[in-house]
Order: sequence, then structure tokens, then C-alpha cells
Amino acid sequence: MSQVTLSQVSTRKLRSDDISGVNELVVRFANTNGTGSASANNMFAKAVFRMGVPISPKNIFPSNIQGLPTWYEVRVSEKGHLGRREGVDVLVAMNPQSMAKDVEMVLPGGYLLYDNTKPLDLRLIREDVTYIGVPLTEICLREYQDPRQRQLFKNIIYIGCLAALLDIEFSVLTDLVGDQFKGKEKLVAPNVHALELGYQYARRNFDCPLKVRVERRDLVGDSILVSGNSATGLGAVYGGATVAGWYPITPSTSVIEAFEKYARRLRIDPGTGKNNFAIAQAEDELAAIGMVIGACWNGARSFTATSGPGVSLMSEFLGLAYFAEVPVVLVDVQRAGPSTGMPTRTQQSDITSAAYASHGDTKQILLFPSTPRECFDMTAQAFDLAERLQTPVIIMSDLDLGMNDHMSAPFEWDDERTYDRGKVFDAEQLEQLARDGKRFGRYLDVDGDGICYRTYPGTHPNKGAFFTRGTSRDKYAIYTEDGDEYVANMERLQRKFNSAKKLLPQPLLKTSSEVAPIQESERYGVIYFGTSDAATEEAMEQLAADGMVMDGLRLRAFPFSREVETFISDHNRVFVVEQNRDAQLRSLLVNELEIDPKKLLRVLNYDGSPITAATICSKIRQHCAQQGSAGLRQA
Amino acid sequence: MSYIITNFRHPLSPTNKLGFTRKDYEGALSTLCAGCGHDSISSAIISACFEMSIEPHRVAKLSGIGCSSKTPTYFLGNSHGFNSVHGRMPSITTGANLANRDLTYIGVSGDGDSASIGLGQFAHVARRNLNMLYIVENNGCYGLTKGQNSATTDLDSVNKSGVSNTFEPIDLANLALQLGATFVARSFSGDKQQLVPLMKAAMSHRGFAFIDVISPCVTFNNNPGSKKSYDFVREHQEATSSIDFVPMEKEITTQYDPGTTQEVTLHDGSVIHLHKAIEGFNVHDRRSALRAIKDHQERGEVLTGLLYVDTDPVDLHDVINTTHKPLSSLTESSLCPGSGMLKSINDSLR
Repeated sequence: MSQVTLSQVSTRKLRSDDISGVNELVVRFANTNGTGSASANNMFAKAVFRMGVPISPKNIFPSNIQGLPTWYEVRVSEKGHLGRREGVDVLVAMNPQSMAKDVEMVLPGGYLLYDNTKPLDLRLIREDVTYIGVPLTEICLREYQDPRQRQLFKNIIYIGCLAALLDIEFSVLTDLVGDQFKGKEKLVAPNVHALELGYQYARRNFDCPLKVRVERRDLVGDSILVSGNSATGLGAVYGGATVAGWYPITPSTSVIEAFEKYARRLRIDPGTGKNNFAIAQAEDELAAIGMVIGACWNGARSFTATSGPGVSLMSEFLGLAYFAEVPVVLVDVQRAGPSTGMPTRTQQSDITSAAYASHGDTKQILLFPSTPRECFDMTAQAFDLAERLQTPVIIMSDLDLGMNDHMSAPFEWDDERTYDRGKVFDAEQLEQLARDGKRFGRYLDVDGDGICYRTYPGTHPNKGAFFTRGTSRDKYAIYTEDGDEYVANMERLQRKFNSAKKLLPQPLLKTSSEVAPIQESERYGVIYFGTSDAATEEAMEQLAADGMVMDGLRLRAFPFSREVETFISDHNRVFVVEQNRDAQLRSLLVNELEIDPKKLLRVLNYDGSPITAATICSKIRQHCAQQGSAGLRQA
Repeated sequence: MSYIITNFRHPLSPTNKLGFTRKDYEGALSTLCAGCGHDSISSAIISACFEMSIEPHRVAKLSGIGCSSKTPTYFLGNSHGFNSVHGRMPSITTGANLANRDLTYIGVSGDGDSASIGLGQFAHVARRNLNMLYIVENNGCYGLTKGQNSATTDLDSVNKSGVSNTFEPIDLANLALQLGATFVARSFSGDKQQLVPLMKAAMSHRGFAFIDVISPCVTFNNNPGSKKSYDFVREHQEATSSIDFVPMEKEITTQYDPGTTQEVTLHDGSVIHLHKAIEGFNVHDRRSALRAIKDHQERGEVLTGLLYVDTDPVDLHDVINTTHKPLSSLTESSLCPGSGMLKSINDSLR
């Protein structure tokens, strides 16, 4: 006999070793994609957030539209630890396909909510897990006629159950339903009814709440909950982007969708009803970046968004923009590669391909946002930087940051702020130049910072026109293959790249030495960037608690500023945390700052899921064990 | 070709309506081979812009890579130019046009640039009906890499080494028609009488105007047996009709025999006169154009002239409802929604 009856499972008594605690848990929902679970699961996360408790939701989904397993994981953390954490406290197991593996992920003493309309396979029963059976299908068959409704409301019903089990305030959920269906009020009552069905069922049949539960706090302040891609799209609106050329690719597509959504709301000319923006879906990534280059050359602010394969296709054009000195803003929402890799899984693995994108001697400016707020700020700033420096600026986001909602500081904008359009001569300035007896030279380094003056097409009837080309030219943009002219130009481009360092977002120092004093003889540093931030900072806390105190430096841009060099030279050993196989950022540090490679130790995670504090701690401990603490001290 | 550019101009050089002389539309000295068809096309562009009284700096000239794509240096020296990446001129022009709809865009490409590496971008810029003049300087070979066959090399055309081409050619005019281009023409670099009015009409057309200009390569593809040599095209060319172009503001003075001339009024009020049209040909009917191209091909002839025109085209800006002002001219006041709006966005995310 391999089946357990409903009563056997659902009436199982809670035990003394069950996981307990308030506001520190991971809830994982196992669903099938295409069943409408996403909005219900979101509602759960947002309810906890509205109860004032920090959360970090992650969508773990396949490259598929319907029928494959998909998961949604919410880490609830009163301590504010928002990186991913291994192990599941409460599993909502709605997908028979993935159930065997899902059950394995539950921590001993954890809980499993499942649909017990049909008996559970006995092989899926673990002694150390509490099974909570709810006849979801049966309830839906009874309550709804339409098959689609039966499917959709099943999701809402389990949210109702969870609310009772985890002590989530029911009014918070009903408010959320009201917000979600604003303008479609007809849908409010049926959704609230579905929540009630689940809530009441759980209250009637189980001891609610469980020992692990949520309790109202005041810990989220004025934070917002938003995805990095939405923030990037909004940043592009605020940053003054008017032209977007793009080609669909996961996980970047929602950047352009967000830009379009906000532009349709915020960028319609009030007099004419016409669009103060233009979006063109290109035939491929080559055309997408071509459009951006054309628009920026012609005086508009323009951008595109893509992922690793798109960056590869754009590489030729990135070389042209670098050499012809055309501003470009490119958002790279990284995913696991190479080739198609794992298109719906996260990584930070385009670092070297973006930093040196293209043929010949090229170096590109990179920005590394860690939060939606930084996605917003850096995107808006990227337009200023690209125009000031007349070169591509690549925003290195990733799937985790881009497609998941994150708790973030709210967006801010200073109304006094104006766009920095960089060094551009207008008609009057060209006239003045002529009156002063000077000749306009597109590639003349007048100010000594490597940045020259440009003009937009159509500026002046007979002054300031020049020919833009990817081929070498002299300071007046005239074609030449003269070696000295070529070298002078390449050296100026290098000078310009160095000028960028002080304009870029500076790295942020984070020290755990206030927890315990740092030993002079064992100065450890950690370098990290992008979405490794939360997990790294959590790991630093854990290691400090064990007496391993270290300083952290979160990088926010390439080229690296002086502070990065100083940080590395001030520490005996520096761990470099990143989410790729080849330690690409480490290579960039070694290469660009001429660091002794032995000094930089790899801390890597590249299985496609966001890095965890546990991984970072264990890899740092491994390094220490291998080297011996004596070795560390010696250095 | 000459190696020295002359600054001498007749003191009484005629000026156009804006007071510019032809010299104001010229560019740097050409570095192409003496007798290259492309130089005649550059000269035709200069004539067309001069005669149309277009302000030189209100034109943007763009190109890809190849001999043809070098030519924008050789005309319109007071215009901004962009010699971009092989086969990618259409995307650069699309972005430029989206940024500033008020300039005239001339894209120059070649058969390698448009029919091979850039075929995708050619197809998509045509179907988007971008407002531009797209010229392919079609010599049926790769000149800059020394004479390899291209995708427009005609079947059985013999190259300089005596080898006959065994692949079907791509006919870009035919393709443009099928892709929805709203102005399609073919011409010959040796026929300025036809080419200049076609260019003027194309620049007046508000939409995608394509001209496939057969432009013999004197160095690599002008030999006996070549189907894109000067001699072959001269002997086998037949025009759909002869063409005159009358810009909008000019009074029409030429008289034509009624019944032999068709008047085509463009969106901006300019008029194209087509006379002595070949039998059964209708310039407003794509199928008629496709059929005529095919018929001529089968007879071993090259059909030139205006092949198709839509006099009320809907260009990309119309489709996507862009504001009338150039997007590049918008400033913070119309672009940035400000902090108040951001507060309400923040509220919606809690």
C-alpha cells in the first residue's frame, strides 16, 4: 500500500521539533507555469511587506510558456537579510511533476501545504515534515463552474490558507485585492470569497497559526517593492530617453515594456496627444543598437536593453560607437550563458565580454546597480555619462535584479537637476569660433581631458559639419591612415577613459569591524557588486560573529577608481564574490590594476540561482582552511 | 579622375533659390577609380539637391561599407555624414530619423552592403516605410575586395576572369516592391537625364524611396560578358517612361501631348510627369511593376525608370504617432515628469 488517506495526513499533530519563530522564514511555492499562480504568490509577498516585515521574493521559472514547473520563493527576514537562503520552511506544493524534489528541499521540522483531493504518494511522505492537506480541487469543483476559474481561484484559496497558518492579517489581503482590481470592481468580491474559503478551511481544520509565523512590525520604512527592470524603464523616462530600439530577449524585455508603459503615461504631448518618444522593435539586436547609435549621433537620448547573446551581436557596433565617439546607453540584463545557456536563470557572466566589447582596442564603461533604486539612478545618470564622455555606457543588471521584485529605497528626483548634454557646439558657438579665427575640429582635444566637441547634424549652414566614420581620421575628421594620427587618437581615447573614473559612481565601503575590532595582521577584504550585495553583507555578518572580521567594498563602475586600488593594497587577502565560473571581475581587476593574482581569491556561484550567504561563507572558510590561517596572517 | 581639386568657379555660376551655387553641394575629391559609375551618382545627388534648393546642412548622408559607401565623402560637404558598419546603414538611418524627422536622409549603399550582409536591415527599413532616399549603387560585384561576385550578379554574367555566375541574382527593386516600399525606381549611372529627376521625386516622397542604380565597376565588372557593364546596360536598357519632376512651388510650363503623359502629384504638391510610358504599365500598381520587371528580365533587358509610387504613404512616424517636433529638440520640461509624479509612483509600489 503506497497511499495515505486524507485523514491520516491532514490530522497529523504538530510536533515539538517543528520549525518555530517569528518573521524569519522561507516560503516556497511550487506551481506549473501558465496556471496564473504568479499574481496570487505576489499577493502573499506583498501582504507580508505591508505588515512592515522585510521580504525578498524570487521567481524561479523555466524557459517555457505553459506546463513546466515554476517556483516562487519568498524570504521573510526581520533582520533585513534579503539575499536568497537555501532551505524551505513552508512549501506550498501545487505541482505533482516536481513534488519529489520539492519535498527534499523542506528543512527538517518544516511544513508542506498540498492539495489532498487525491491521496498523496506515500513515497513523498517525510517523517520530519508536517503535511497540511487542503482539498483545493474539491473546493474549486464545488464552488466554480468555469474550468479557468477553478484553476485561478485554487491559487487564491491556498493564499487564504497560508494567511491563517502564518497569521497574516486578512484585511491586508483584502486591501491588496482591492488595489489589484481597481477599475475592475466586479472581480473583488469573488477573489475575497476565494481567500475566505481558504482562510476558513485552515482555521477549522488546523491549529492556526503555525509555530512559524509572521507578525506585524515597522521595519520597511518608506521602501517600495519593485523590479529592477521597471526601475530601469522609469529611469530612462526620467533621464530623458526619447528613442528606444530593441529586440525581445529574456530577461531584458520588461525594461522596454516598462519604458513604454511609463512613457505612455508620462510622455504624451498635452497639446497634440502625440508621443514625445519613439520605440522601434528592431529585426535583431544589431539593428537595435544601430538605431540607438543613429539617434544619439543625431542629438537624441537613446537606449536599448538586451542580454548576453544580444551583447555579442551588438559588439561590432559597440566598437564603432567607441571609436566614432557616439553616446550609447545599453542595458545588459545578464543571464546564464554561454550561447542560449539557461535563459531564465541568473548570472553575472558578461563582465569581460561587456568591458572589452568589440574588436580592436576597446574598453567600455560599465555600471553595476544592486537595487531597483540604483537601476533608476544609474539609468538616468547613464545618459549624462554617455553624452559627457561620448561613448557607450553599459548598465550591468541581471535576471535576479531585473525580473524579481526587490525592496528598495524609494525613487527620488531633484527638480533642479538638468541633463548634462556634454560638449556640443550650437550654431552661435560655431560662429564665435569662426570669429575667433579657429577651425572646428571634431576630434581636437581642446580641454585636455580627451573629450572633444561635437555638433549635431542640421546645426549650421556651412560650419561644424563633419564626417563620422569607424575608419581612422585626423583631428578634423578627415580620413587618414597615417600611423601617428592613429596613435594620437588611440591615446586620447585612453585619456578620455581615464577621465571617466571620477565621473562614475564610486565604490561603497562596508565594514563589519564595528562588530569586532579588525586584526592588523589579518586584514581581509571582500569585493562584490550587483546582486551579490545582500548575500555578501549577510555572510560578512555571519563571519564576523565567528570572529572573522572583514571589510567589504561594493564596486559600482568600471573603469575602477583609485579607491579600489587602495582597498586592495590595504588588505592582505581580498575575496572577490561573483556569479560566474571564470571569476571575470577578478580577471578585470588583475588585468586593469595589475594586481598579483594570488591576492584575489575567487568566491563563485554560477548554478543559475542567486548566490546565498551560506555559499559565500563556506567558500571563504574553504579558502582559509586551504591556505591555513597562518598563511593568511603571513600575507 | 583628377588628383587635384580645383577651386576655380565661373564668377557667374548660377545660384539656386536659396542663393547657393552648385559648389556648396560638392564634397571632397573622389578617390574611386576613374570612370566609376558611383561618381556619376554622386554628381546626380549634387545636382538634385542644388536644383531642389535643399539647405545643404539639412541633409544627413549615411552609408555602410564598400566602394559605394565611401561616396558620401564626395558630395554635400556641408552635411553631416556617417560611414557606419557593413550592411547596417538602415538601422543607423532609422535611429537618426526617429531622433529628428526634420532632416532629409540620403542613405547610400551597394549591392554587397544591401543584398548580402545587410539584406535583413534593407527588408525591414523598407517595410517600416522610413522617410528616406535609399540608393543602391549596384555594380554586381565586390569592388573594394577586388571583384568577387555579389548577390546581384546576374545569372550567366561573366566576370573579369572569364567565370560565369551560376547563382540566381537578388533583384532589390523587385524585393522592395514586395516588402511594401512606397517609391521604387531603377536607373543607370550613365543616364543622368533619368536619374536626377528620379532622385528629386524620391526626396520629395514622404516615405521609403528606393532607387536601384546600376553603376558599372570599371575595374572589375566592365568586361565583355558582364551584364552590368556600361555597354551591356546601354544596349539593354528600357525605361518605363521618361520622367520630369516639377517641385511644388514651380509653375508648370512644359506642355505635353494629352494622353501621352501621366501626372503624379506627390504628398507635398510636387508633380512627376511620366510620358511615353511602355504599354500596359501602371505606376500605381505593384503587380504591374513586378510583371514588367519580370517580362524585361526574361527578354534579357533592364527595366529602368519609376516603377511604383504611392502618393499618400504612411511613414514610420505616422504609424508610431511621434510628435511633430524633432525628438532631439525636446528638453527637460517635456521629457522629465518631475519629483511630484515620482512620489505618486512610489506610493503605487507600496
